Amino acid sequence: MVIEKKHFIQLFLFVVSIWFIWFAQNHFDPYTVSILNNIAIFAILALSYNMINGIAGQFSLEPNGFVAIGAYITALFLIPTDTKIDMFALVDPAPSVLAMHLSFLPALIMSGIVAAALAFILSVPVFRVRGDYLAIVTLGFGFIIRIFAMNNPKYTNGAMGLNDIPSVTNLYWSGFIAIIAFVVMINIIYSKFGRAMKAVRDDEDAATAMGVNTFWMKTYAFMTSAFFEGVGGGLMASLLTTISPNQFTFLLTFQLLIIIVLGGLGSMSGAILGTILVMGGSEWLRFLDQDMDIFGYHTGAHPGLRMVVFAILLVVMMLFARKGLFGDKELTEIFKRTKK
Amino acid sequence: MILEIKNVTMRFGGVTAIDNLSFGVKSGEIFGLIGPNGAGKTTIFNIITGNYQQTEGDVHFLSESISGLKPNIIVQKGIARTFQNIRLFKSMTVLENVLIGFHNQMNYTFFEAVLRLPRYFSNEKRVKNAAMEILERFGIAEYADYNATALSYGNQRKVEIARALATEPKLLLLDEPAAGMNPNETQDLSNIIKTIKEEYGLTILLIEHDMKFVNNMCDKVLVLDYGEEIFEGKPADAIVDEKVVAAYLGDFTHA
Repeated sequence: MVIEKKHFIQLFLFVVSIWFIWFAQNHFDPYTVSILNNIAIFAILALSYNMINGIAGQFSLEPNGFVAIGAYITALFLIPTDTKIDMFALVDPAPSVLAMHLSFLPALIMSGIVAAALAFILSVPVFRVRGDYLAIVTLGFGFIIRIFAMNNPKYTNGAMGLNDIPSVTNLYWSGFIAIIAFVVMINIIYSKFGRAMKAVRDDEDAATAMGVNTFWMKTYAFMTSAFFEGVGGGLMASLLTTISPNQFTFLLTFQLLIIIVLGGLGSMSGAILGTILVMGGSEWLRFLDQDMDIFGYHTGAHPGLRMVVFAILLVVMMLFARKGLFGDKELTEIFKRTKK
Repeated sequence: MILEIKNVTMRFGGVTAIDNLSFGVKSGEIFGLIGPNGAGKTTIFNIITGNYQQTEGDVHFLSESISGLKPNIIVQKGIARTFQNIRLFKSMTVLENVLIGFHNQMNYTFFEAVLRLPRYFSNEKRVKNAAMEILERFGIAEYADYNATALSYGNQRKVEIARALATEPKLLLLDEPAAGMNPNETQDLSNIIKTIKEEYGLTILLIEHDMKFVNNMCDKVLVLDYGEEIFEGKPADAIVDEKVVAAYLGDFTHA
């Protein structure tokens, strides 16, 4: 392997991000740190969602389902047995739930593996046919997971959700896992698998005519997405310390969809920039939800007004920049191609 | 015989697109498939490549039945194709388009790609060099980093053939390779096809309407009309054959 200039840039970026994570965790106030945590977790989710939607081009609405699975599994692994017995007020917890015990990292990995395994089960019937069936199936999957969580209090404590989840997530966890997710997905994209996924997205018949097994390429993309969505869900559970079924509605998927469309479907660097803009923006726009005095005219509080901004932003994007900020190119490719 | 079509019939509902057709392509031959529009030429291609499943009959490649196999498996057996309307991967560069053709010749696993283990690097390097070599042969190496759709029509055709060649085929199916090209481009293309045929030891089955191109290229032609064979033989004899002329221009004797 020849050492090139780009390797130095990669190393430099890596060191800078690690320094930033360390610096932010130790010197920023808790409010900023919690926003950064949120951004890191949503970056993981947006990157994974972009994998199936942007890279493999299979329109899917799966994130809320897999995030919920990851959140519940990690939570059940982390909560101590005594707390579980106290918490499950409706019915006694199932013995298997009481027996679940793992530290944070293995719990996250288990969440990812379970999510990926479920993704595989879903993909077997769905990817045998072409078209938008994946969107329909994954939309239904999200509902099923939520209704399962609601109606099986033995495992999930029903609508009351799980509380007192040990708060382990900090910027080291979320930030490092976001970096790992990014590196893993970039490595996939710049390999024969990523190229074949893009080929499936561009022209499925032509990809088959090149000997690409389209079923497996879609399945790989879907399982990668599911894995990191499960891990992200686990991080989220431990960050919020409380989860309930209604947190994982379709709105979560919709928010991620805005992020990846804004960043550019198929661009991983775009997904990260999109996350920063949307998550950071929604914090910055909080003043819109409160009372305002505009030229002496007093408005009441309108919770949710800031979401209107994103709706308008999305409409503007659709009109003037349909491919998002980066299109389907990575940041580095954009620089490379403008030189020509 | 490298490819044998045995009594193949293809029906779409009530329409018989191919009617009990049989022919064989000899190894090393350039075999032309011609006929008026709607004669069933592309249907034959789609049957050979596994995109369609014939209603009756059998297709043998290298004395082995390939009927019912999936298209991506048939490619691995050594049959590659190009499309009538150019179908390059639009978001990718020329080089990446060709690299897709090498997909099955890279033997690293998903986890080796994720972890960037040595086999990833050795495979990618080998394949990139091989892809550049093919592009050089087609005289489009300088465009390797261009977006595939930014190339001229003639060059896009070349990329498509280069991409098919990357799958290391023994039999190459070209669906109207010279369509939409000017005479210079056509001449250029036929030279390239002849060279690569020799260098890679290919057998070529092509569909074409440009009779000058067919005459210049093909060792043998098969003329189809409404899914039936009406002539098989040398291209020079085809253009004077009564039935062929009748199929193209209409039958004047009974008018």
